[in-house]
Amino acid sequence: MHDLQNTAWWAILWSLIKIIIVVVPLLLGVAYLTLAERKVIGYIQVRLGPNRVGFRGSLQPIADAIKLMFKEVIVPTNANRFLFLAAPVLAFVPALLVWAAIPFGPDVAISNMNGGLLYVLAIAGLGVYGIIVAGWASNSKYAFLGAMRAAAQLVAYEIAMGFALVGVLMLAQTLNLTKIVEAQAGGGFWSWYWLPLFPFFLVYFISGIAETNRAPFDVAEGESEIVAGFHVEYSGMAFALFFLAEYANMIFVSLLTTVLFLGGWYAPINTPLLTWIPGIVWLLLKTAFLLYVFLWIRATFPRYRYDQIMRLGWKVFIPVTIAWIVVIGVALETPLRAILR
Amino acid sequence: MLPVTTILFYIFSAILLGSATLVVTARNPVYATLYLVLAFFNAAALFILLGAEFLGLVLILVYVGAVMVLFLFVVMMLDINLARLKEGFLGYLPLGLAIAILGVLELVVVFWTSPLGHIPAPAAIPANADNTRALGVLLYTQYLYPFEIAAVILLVAIIAAIALTLRRRSGTKTQNIGAQMAVRAKDRVHLVDLREPKS
Repeated sequence: MHDLQNTAWWAILWSLIKIIIVVVPLLLGVAYLTLAERKVIGYIQVRLGPNRVGFRGSLQPIADAIKLMFKEVIVPTNANRFLFLAAPVLAFVPALLVWAAIPFGPDVAISNMNGGLLYVLAIAGLGVYGIIVAGWASNSKYAFLGAMRAAAQLVAYEIAMGFALVGVLMLAQTLNLTKIVEAQAGGGFWSWYWLPLFPFFLVYFISGIAETNRAPFDVAEGESEIVAGFHVEYSGMAFALFFLAEYANMIFVSLLTTVLFLGGWYAPINTPLLTWIPGIVWLLLKTAFLLYVFLWIRATFPRYRYDQIMRLGWKVFIPVTIAWIVVIGVALETPLRAILR
Repeated sequence: MLPVTTILFYIFSAILLGSATLVVTARNPVYATLYLVLAFFNAAALFILLGAEFLGLVLILVYVGAVMVLFLFVVMMLDINLARLKEGFLGYLPLGLAIAILGVLELVVVFWTSPLGHIPAPAAIPANADNTRALGVLLYTQYLYPFEIAAVILLVAIIAAIALTLRRRSGTKTQNIGAQMAVRAKDRVHLVDLREPKS
């Protein structure tokens, strides 16, 4: 009995260690993603971006973090105080929870659960509560409009996203994220799921941009229309939590796209030289590339009009995904099956 | 020393019952909706404790992730006047109480007479059991017809809901996306040479 309790405590301690190993680099990644965003968009627009704090602006995120921590959190009059302060937490916690199921290597994950794909889909959808509650509790017209937009957008794109994941499920025959990556092993670049599931790859990544409320789908914020949308009334650390959640979700969507469609930790070409590089490096490189695409898209496209977002979600993505599910379903019953699996 | 799962079961059940009570008693409808979200969460946790991870995760995905977002969406838009809702509370009280007592009695009878009341402890789950696959196989073999009938009923509901929105209003301005995409530069921009002709 004593031994059993010791192992139980050890299991809890070990989980905590694993959580810290994932969360600390994640938060650092978030900090430097903000710098990368400002630099990349700066260069795209022929500017230099931040270059005053530290070497070429390398300490800018730290300066921003310290500034936000020492700012006052202002609660507006007539705001619902409890929900106003709970909303940033509601946005931030799911953004960290999803990382529990993400595999970083063949046997490296906080929890290698069987229903991993369902888990990330379920938890990733919860972040919207933070936005809706923030919009309602702020007692502000702009915040409320932002919340309404976020809710409608989430419901529209969650369906397309779910259908895109059904395709992955049909090919991999499992909900376990580690096994999904392992099912893509073999021929390198050509055996990853982006090729047979190309429409799903595009739909998933674009829906991911919409779900994280990033440009060109950032109507919940929409500076030019509704000031700053759901977080108009937030300041200091409360605002910073929304910011952290948004960037953590960006990294999460990029990483999940890598895991589902770009072969996770496998090298693009099966030669000894490339497979010798550790899998985690490939995983992070692919994720970094997709993050760059996020920033690239933000610098390139103007914001969608609200009704056009709804049209894209309901009338383009959902029919496309349904059609491709049928195509994959038929292909799996023909000799093509040998190629797809 | 109780096993950890038993302690967790009592914690989740207590929160579930507490938040379910608060759903009914909360004065603010937005609070009531959020308590309902909490209740769903704890129900999902109980499913997962039982080893039914598929049911637990789908409960969160469908109810918390989609249905309750729409609920919240609607509840926030409504201007609910509590004073008007409470009018005639005393008049409806006897009827409400009678229905409540009847409901409780029915539950008691069901629990006393059926095996529902004393469910045996779930059999030990084999390691690495994939209950998503098990559920899928069962639904598409043994319960194929009920499953398909449920799907058809849902399809009918979807079509009915869409049919309700089909009404033509005159005078609204909508985009014709096809026509917009088909536009070419020469349809829109016509360059005119304004220089004086050389004589």
